[in-house]
Amino acid sequence: MRRVSLTVNAVEHEAMVEPRQLLVYFLREQLGLTGTNVGCDTSTCGACTILLNGKSVKSCTVLAVQAEGTEVTTIEALAQDGDLHPLQQAFHETHALQCGYCTPGMIMAALDLITNNEDMDEDEIRTGLEGNLCRCTGYHNIVKAIQQASSEMRSFATK
Amino acid sequence: MRAPTIQKRTEQRGGVGESVQRPDGVPKTKGEFAYSSDLWAENMLWGATTRSPHPRARIVSIDTREALATPRVRTVLTHEDVPGRKSYGMEVPDQPVLAWDDVRYQGEAVALVAADHPEAARRAAGRVKIEYEVLEPLVDPETALADGAPALHPSGNVIRHIRIRHGDQEASAEVVVKGDYQVGMQDQAFLGPESGLAIPDGEGGIDLYVSTQWLHIDLDQLAASLDLPPSKVRITLAGVGGAFGAREDLSIQIHCCLLALETGRPVKMMYGREESFFGHVHRHPARLHYEHGAMRDGRLVYVKARIVLDGGAYASSSTAVCANAACFSCGPYNVPNATIDAYAVYTDNPPCGAMRGFGAVQTCFAYESQMDRLAKALDIDPVELRRLNAMDTGATMITGQEVEGPAPVAELLKRVRNAPLPPDGDAMDIRTLPGGVSNTTHGEGVKRGVGYALGFKNIGYSEGFDDFSTARVRLSVVAGEPQVEVHSAASEVGQGVVTVQMQIARTELGVQQVVVLPADTSIGSSGSSSASRQTWMTGGAVKNACEAVRARLLQRAAQRLGKRHGKLTLDGANIVSAGSGSVASISDIVGDDPIEETKEYHHRKTFPLDPRTGQGNAHVAFAFAAHRAVVDVDLDLGLVRVVEMATAQDVGKALNPQAVEGQIEGGIAQGLGLALMEEIQISQGRILNPSFTDYLIPTILDMPPVRADVLELGDPHAPYGLKGVGEPPTISSTPAIVAALRDATGRPLTRVPVRPDDIVGLDGQSG
Repeated sequence: MRRVSLTVNAVEHEAMVEPRQLLVYFLREQLGLTGTNVGCDTSTCGACTILLNGKSVKSCTVLAVQAEGTEVTTIEALAQDGDLHPLQQAFHETHALQCGYCTPGMIMAALDLITNNEDMDEDEIRTGLEGNLCRCTGYHNIVKAIQQASSEMRSFATK
Repeated sequence: MRAPTIQKRTEQRGGVGESVQRPDGVPKTKGEFAYSSDLWAENMLWGATTRSPHPRARIVSIDTREALATPRVRTVLTHEDVPGRKSYGMEVPDQPVLAWDDVRYQGEAVALVAADHPEAARRAAGRVKIEYEVLEPLVDPETALADGAPALHPSGNVIRHIRIRHGDQEASAEVVVKGDYQVGMQDQAFLGPESGLAIPDGEGGIDLYVSTQWLHIDLDQLAASLDLPPSKVRITLAGVGGAFGAREDLSIQIHCCLLALETGRPVKMMYGREESFFGHVHRHPARLHYEHGAMRDGRLVYVKARIVLDGGAYASSSTAVCANAACFSCGPYNVPNATIDAYAVYTDNPPCGAMRGFGAVQTCFAYESQMDRLAKALDIDPVELRRLNAMDTGATMITGQEVEGPAPVAELLKRVRNAPLPPDGDAMDIRTLPGGVSNTTHGEGVKRGVGYALGFKNIGYSEGFDDFSTARVRLSVVAGEPQVEVHSAASEVGQGVVTVQMQIARTELGVQQVVVLPADTSIGSSGSSSASRQTWMTGGAVKNACEAVRARLLQRAAQRLGKRHGKLTLDGANIVSAGSGSVASISDIVGDDPIEETKEYHHRKTFPLDPRTGQGNAHVAFAFAAHRAVVDVDLDLGLVRVVEMATAQDVGKALNPQAVEGQIEGGIAQGLGLALMEEIQISQGRILNPSFTDYLIPTILDMPPVRADVLELGDPHAPYGLKGVGEPPTISSTPAIVAALRDATGRPLTRVPVRPDDIVGLDGQSG
């Protein structure tokens, strides 16, 4: 077992983990943060996407011990004081989800994209989300949701 | 053809016909929605499955000692530990809960382990020593069908043969085209693998929380194999990460309960993606031989077809898939004479069963390919040929059944034909070209193609099955406001059936506050979330229960208020009379005495198909769609980019237009997958690509814009006139894409998914 200390959703954690433990299972099973889903185990589907030091990462490709000293953000941290994050709100309003299993990963990947480029066109959104699979929606409403959230976040930033 | 009008009442927000947001949208976007994989119980164990590595073998011995001796392991179970029926199945109970004599496919379950930790369970599962006598697998369905083939099951190798003999069997035609087609094995590839949690109640009973499509068929099979009365088995729907047919059959259900009952502790089971490929049924691969005969003017005279569906090791829903393949084998066309033989066959391949489109997908690819071939032979425009033969209301199907509801086939086709075509690709932007940023072309060698297809399918269950759903509706007053509680066993698999139950209750009872309780088996069956039936059937049950509650409410109001107001009706949340206007509110009348009604909805009776002729009124209703695909093809490399999909679909009535659009777009994505990339590769009964690295599903870059034209031509027999929505988008999108590829390449392309090799001509077929 190895000791690992990291910050998850602004809370510091210190824990003993097996060296082979994947970050996603550390989050889900040790911290109970089950909002991050596992869809494929091969880093293909992106359901497990989180932010690691602000960058989107598939947490099934990261060992918990590799997250030593990092700041992890999961879907659970996005809503503030009961208010949905603009991305969450937009996914809900535009029907960008059906079964919803891909949604947390989609939102986390989109958050990284928006943070780096507030003014994305549709092609940039699509290129940025190629690593996140959705089996239900056909993706169109996901693009719409990100466009809506991105414009809301821009107008909020300029206020 | 007009939709039945819904009685107009005071505007009620969030009712039928509005794009109401789904109530689970907030928890799902917050990561708070509890999928079956998220469940946890104090003191719980983890289950794991030992599976056969061989597609066909005889079990000589099973030794569990080493597995049991593994640290942290609590129990190891084999077939000897199954207390009740040792096999299960939705239609034919032919699949062992745990194999005892033979294994018939790679991945068949043989033993179970429960341990304190998931990895201990998996490690121990690998230590169950099973001695096999390995046998040569029978993997070719034609060989399995042939005389003298070794029987894989006591009943033989034919799961079902549907024989349709319609009209003149000797009819001759001026022009005849023949073709052989193949459809590969598609996977539903839902994103959330199989999982669930079983909790023993300490009194011999069990509670199971699981993602499934049909709670009560799980209950029947569980009770039989656990040897428990159904009252001792309670199933609650856990959060479902997609279904598409793959959750109709059992996966972890019996296994998880066996382990929990044996250990007396809660047990969780959760497949990984690789195990998921072995843990559920797939879409039947098919080989289809067709012969179409037509007059010179294009009118169809006859269709002859031989359809062979590879059912794999166990029956699953093969019998019904086979019937669908046969009944819809000629497409939504007027075909006066038909000779159809459809077979579902046992092999040692992975078991196949339900997937979106259910038998209609395979034949649609073949008959639409034939229509294009016929158009070419006749030198008629393929759209014109389809229009000429299109079914309409009153048409007779090849099963002899009259199509009673709206059948706007020609209209749907016209709409996709008239939709504006997308602009030419921009050779300066390689992202818009086949191959994309792989930079394989700057436009040279790229050719555009356009293709059309029509499809149709039954809604709901057929062949005399008494299909029904049950709903309980309770009207009460909470904090001075009326509230409706709706309870059913309908599985919310992502399609939105919870939302439509709320909408119906709002529309019928005029109450804003509606709560839909979790689906479970404490109420009667709602049937399956499949066959595009759940909105119709459970929607019908909720509507019936609401009407019964409304009748009692008005009766109570009349008793309370006396006869002076005359006839009372409900308008919004107010009770009104013609003379006096609003005379009371719902809250006034309900008070602290809630009104509750439980009602069933049954669709009208259907009948079996005659076993000799395949004739009969077997289906309740039909859904139709048309698709137009526009593709760009790199003729040198065989790479494809679907530029746009246009579709027109009659949905009867869009209860939730936004959800309808979501079904159409998502369904087209799966049809695109079958056309171009999705296939479980099997060699000698073994799956070669059980992962998302090697089994490809469409990404956000593969998915083209969708131009959807939704018609609402109410079905006279359905609640609100609605038709099912989920399956038609998947049925004719595949052949439309392939038709577009043929248009661009001139190649026959008789197999889906179409591979780059086929496009560049390495498939051995002449162009």
